[in-house]
Amino acid sequence: MAFLELEKLTKSFGTHNAVDGLTLSVEKGEFVALLGPSGCGKTTTLQMIAGFVEPTSGAIRLAGKDLLAIKPAKRGLGIVFQSYALFPHMTVAENVGFGLEMQGVAAAERTTRVGETLELVGLGAFTTRFPRQLSGGQQQRVALARALVIRPQILLLDEPLSNLDAKLREGMQIELRQIQRTVGTTTILVTHDQAEAMALSDRIVVMNQGKAEQIGPPHEAYERPATPFVANFLGKTNLVNGVTVRPERISFAASGLAGTVRTRIFQGNHWLYQVDTASGLVTVIRQNTGEAMPVEGDAVQLAWEGRA
Amino acid sequence: MKAAPYLLCLPALVLFAGVVIVPLAMTVLLSFHDWGQYKGIEPVFILKNWQEVLGDSYFHEMFARTFRIAFFVTLLAAVFGAPEAYILNRMRSPWRGIFLLMILGPLLISVVARTLGWALLFGGNSGLVNKALMGMGLIAAPLPFMFTETGIVVALAHVLMPYMVLAVWASLQRLDPQIENAAVALGAGPFTVLRRIVLPQVMPGILSGAVIVFALAASAFATPAIIGGRRLKVASTLAYDEFLNTLNWPLGAAVAVLLLLALIGIVWGANRLVERRYAQVFA
Repeated sequence: MAFLELEKLTKSFGTHNAVDGLTLSVEKGEFVALLGPSGCGKTTTLQMIAGFVEPTSGAIRLAGKDLLAIKPAKRGLGIVFQSYALFPHMTVAENVGFGLEMQGVAAAERTTRVGETLELVGLGAFTTRFPRQLSGGQQQRVALARALVIRPQILLLDEPLSNLDAKLREGMQIELRQIQRTVGTTTILVTHDQAEAMALSDRIVVMNQGKAEQIGPPHEAYERPATPFVANFLGKTNLVNGVTVRPERISFAASGLAGTVRTRIFQGNHWLYQVDTASGLVTVIRQNTGEAMPVEGDAVQLAWEGRA
Repeated sequence: MKAAPYLLCLPALVLFAGVVIVPLAMTVLLSFHDWGQYKGIEPVFILKNWQEVLGDSYFHEMFARTFRIAFFVTLLAAVFGAPEAYILNRMRSPWRGIFLLMILGPLLISVVARTLGWALLFGGNSGLVNKALMGMGLIAAPLPFMFTETGIVVALAHVLMPYMVLAVWASLQRLDPQIENAAVALGAGPFTVLRRIVLPQVMPGILSGAVIVFALAASAFATPAIIGGRRLKVASTLAYDEFLNTLNWPLGAAVAVLLLLALIGIVWGANRLVERRYAQVFA
């Protein structure tokens, strides 16, 4: 039996179904991402697991127990909010220790565990600072430590990296994944960023209009998208004569689909081409290997594996 | 052109000096003049008025009453206004708008009219308030409200409540909408969330509301004049009487200036306290 089970989970606001019959099983220790555009129901799903939103129908079970029968304060879940929602009037140590205090953990043990968790997120030296005195990345780590210190059954991450700049976000992705592997907490991530979902998770749930379009490992969803929506949402894609082809799978060859280069954009590690063909505009991505590449106006032949 | 900003400020500065600084300076000056029943005001420099105001127990009692009333009004406003703002903040539209209008509505009505309304409610032993309290079995005999400090405190607290609600409301708006959920998820009950998470964060709002309410209560005129009547005097009604009934302008000026100085001292002290206490967290 799966560790966390969502069964036909539905949340309606009036006549609109924000989440529409979502069924999902999450194994213990697994990292699952709920991925989709804004308004697809991913955040509502997370809030139903957390207990801040009541489902209209359906069930949520955690380790076989009915989670909906338990009050939000008693669910023992660790949550990292998009805004971090740190307590501004408390120091870093007080923020992180708050959950333990609520559990009635003795002061001495609390100090030890707070120290350990802050070490884990690399903030061992910041215990007496206030949130205002920390950078965005550091606040994010405090929020993570505060969620992890209570040894939650599930860690819920609500767009945790969206407030960080691109460079910091990449670093935090790697770190988040490492920390999750170390502590082994079952984790549910909500994000609209497909790169983030693919980088972090064991499985992704691509959501659209309250329904799961596809559930599977990131590479599988990317390689074999179940629906056109999934193909479009997970990176760039071409639709050539009714077949979807990823731009990086298309190469310039001696023979193939004939076309003319319309635009060529240099993006550092790769070139991005737009090629006019008889089957319409085709996007092509080629690695920058240092070799000479076709320029705008060149006649080219496009080939890819599986092309008839 | 470095002078331009100053030149642009000049009209406002002239107006400010004309309607605030000059009359204030003249009032201060007036408090050092002499006055007699038959000779009127004499433009000399004496300390007689100040000696009287600072030395006479009648004035001590009156100032003590003024600040006692202001203190209890502030306390009432905080105890009722802060929860009121919190509940209001959690309401959904359209209720939020309706109740906000109910709280702010009185600001649109003249203080005199509102206070006369209270006078009608309090009025004598058969006043509505006493009837209601007795009807609920809370009191056995009618309480005296008219011409008492209690009556002034109740009426003033109502008049000044909106200022407290608005100040607390403003600080509630700055609260992270997820912060209560964050505390709940960590295992905090509703009361703990209020006491440990919400209250400390709205404390600066409560304190700044308290400063406004205290200053307005201590300098209020219409409500103490109507509810307190002729005998129960506070600083502002006494200054009024000295000016317009006794015609002892210099003594009235001394009372008014002393009230101003005391208020400035209290407000400044309270601000210092708030800044020092919360600077690190809310800077």
